[in-house]
Amino acid sequence: MLRLFQSSLGKKYIMAVSGFVLFGFVIVHMLGNLQIFLGPEPLNRYAHFLQSMPELLWLARIVLLTMVALHVWSAIKLSLENKAARPAGYEGNPTPVAASYASRTMLMSGLIVAVFIIYHLLHFTVQTPAVNLTGQDFKTFLDPQTKHHDVFRMMVVGYSKFWVSGFYILGMALLCLHLSHGVTGMFQSLGLKNEHTGKWIDRFALAVAAVIFLGNCSIPMAVLLGYVR
Amino acid sequence: MNLTLKVWRQKSPNAPGRFITFQADGVIPDMSFLEMLDVVNEGLIEKGEDPIAFDSDCREGICGMCSLVINGVPHGGHKGTATCQLHMRHFKDGDTITIEPWRARAFPIIKDLVVNRWAFDRIIQAGGFISVSTGGAPDANAIPIPKADQDQSMDAAACIGCGACVAACKNASAMLFVAAKVSHLSLLPQGKVERHRRVTNMVKAMDAEGFGACTVTGSCEAVCPKEINLTFIARMNREYLAAWFKGK
Repeated sequence: MLRLFQSSLGKKYIMAVSGFVLFGFVIVHMLGNLQIFLGPEPLNRYAHFLQSMPELLWLARIVLLTMVALHVWSAIKLSLENKAARPAGYEGNPTPVAASYASRTMLMSGLIVAVFIIYHLLHFTVQTPAVNLTGQDFKTFLDPQTKHHDVFRMMVVGYSKFWVSGFYILGMALLCLHLSHGVTGMFQSLGLKNEHTGKWIDRFALAVAAVIFLGNCSIPMAVLLGYVR
Repeated sequence: MNLTLKVWRQKSPNAPGRFITFQADGVIPDMSFLEMLDVVNEGLIEKGEDPIAFDSDCREGICGMCSLVINGVPHGGHKGTATCQLHMRHFKDGDTITIEPWRARAFPIIKDLVVNRWAFDRIIQAGGFISVSTGGAPDANAIPIPKADQDQSMDAAACIGCGACVAACKNASAMLFVAAKVSHLSLLPQGKVERHRRVTNMVKAMDAEGFGACTVTGSCEAVCPKEINLTFIARMNREYLAAWFKGK
């Protein structure tokens, strides 16, 4: 077990497996939230369904937080080792040959996405009024019929602020840049890529990153354009 | 052709190095890059100066000794080409060419453009072999091997251990080298016997030398003079995971 945390390959496995779980969460999270297009009733029912099982909800949260911790830990550890492996660079800092923009900027896109996630959690999970820029307290939004939390209204009010939605779209752009490389890297690190599957995995990564970007950005865009109100 | 060369010069491993500019005049386009450097060195020797130190041996792309980063790209950036196979016709009259050594903590500079690649030898010593009793040469077809396995093994075995993969990688990672050695042996029946112990020990040796990890940027395969590709790294990742599950 120790070898897994000490070797370079082991840390890549940790990075890949934690990344896979978080990637799975991103997909489920997107599908759940796309219910906003079905109207307030299905979305609020879904939100209440999740909130009605606090034990399961916290189990999921603990698993996700552990995955984030492992992902960040392996990223920091590997980045430091990678930096130490080349103390002196080349003249004029040439761009590494054939390396895509996404592959060269994984650490940067990851860090900005981490900041975005913290904001997102404060905005919609903790519901700190100070960060939503609307002057309203989302906790007070209740569904008039069921008296449960009105998540639909929270999202509509939350995304009606241009700068907030803008930050969400930027966050998604960076997340999808991260995933466009991360998803293929995940298969590579776990040894699941070969001559036959390789190019399909690369295409899948690009396609799924594009779908996540469009799917998630459709929500703030729909609110901003007045399609969902 | 008249060229300006910006060459990294460093007297000894711990001495500070710097770029020195040389003029290479009358370069013939049919010369190889190393022949061009030979001509420059002859000029330096005639003037009583210290010639530029660089590695070379076979000069036909099979030994893996030559090792120059030319304009920021190991081996000069032509597909499947080592520095010795790079010809001056790829450059234009009046060009300025920057020449640097491989840069990696695991490859310390010995002098000028010559680096110490013993780290690779130590990785090989950790497991890049098969343990068999020597004796009479066995019959060539005594062990049947599927053609596809044989081909794939040969693709990996083409690695000449030059270290361009390390030099190109933004993390100075030696994964492509180690993956090629691990794959070439584990694909064949003679090498399968020790596959788990081999990959574990070679990865351990690789980490101990201070090489970085793989970010799957693909720089290594782009500069590899033997065009070894990233799928071998996936194969090594698979082998290492299998070894871990087997507790070896």
